[in-house]
Amino acid sequence: MAVRVVYLGKLQDVAGRPESEFSSSSGDLDWPDLVEVLRNHVNEDVADAVCDPRNKIAVNGQIQSDRESLVFKHGDEVALLPPVSGG
Amino acid sequence: MATRWRCCRRSAVARLAIAEPLDVRLLDKGFSVGEALAGFNAAHGAAGGVVSFLGKVRPDGDVKALELTHYEPLTLPGMQELAEAAFARFGLDGALVWHRVGVMTPGESIVLVATAARHRRDAFAAVDFLMDHLKSASWLWKRERRDDGWHWIEPREDDRKDLARWQ
Repeated sequence: MAVRVVYLGKLQDVAGRPESEFSSSSGDLDWPDLVEVLRNHVNEDVADAVCDPRNKIAVNGQIQSDRESLVFKHGDEVALLPPVSGG
Repeated sequence: MATRWRCCRRSAVARLAIAEPLDVRLLDKGFSVGEALAGFNAAHGAAGGVVSFLGKVRPDGDVKALELTHYEPLTLPGMQELAEAAFARFGLDGALVWHRVGVMTPGESIVLVATAARHRRDAFAAVDFLMDHLKSASWLWKRERRDDGWHWIEPREDDRKDLARWQ
């Protein structure tokens, strides 16, 4: 299974890339797995950023209110959304 | 042999087609404010008033450019929901909500909001409401290029206070 992680706004600089793709051969990925994968394959700062409640999480275009109980499926797109600044 | 032309009446200026009652767009190129407002005004001929706000890139200090990024699955649907909320809350005849994305230079337009209503106070309030939400509750991220490189713009406390007025 594989999930795509998209980094928006300044999280793109923190990650040093616009997106990552992670695949796992051991079934679905849950929230602690994702944080661990980010820590090991991207960097500490991104792993900390996804746990910071100021940064929102969307899965397949839907904002998630309870990130810690998320379980990701093959093909999911996970977006990491820092505080916005438009207008 | 005379050629017969079939013709139809046309207005002197071809007008931009504006969706009714809500015209919500994310634009990756500059736009004509005059054409947008002329089209919006024509689309709402029965409104008692039209109010508009144009936000531009300020030529502050050493700012050379500003870039707005968005996230396709969220940004435009969120703007559409916002326009629907304003439409219902202020009893509007219609609203135009256009936001630029991409790189802009000082003096360029970033955002154009226009509302049409029976009475002016609803139209003014709806523009204010739309702008407060576009600034701090829409899925857009802004950074500036200065002499020393790009800097992400953090949301300001004032923007949050402006938003809280509507809750």
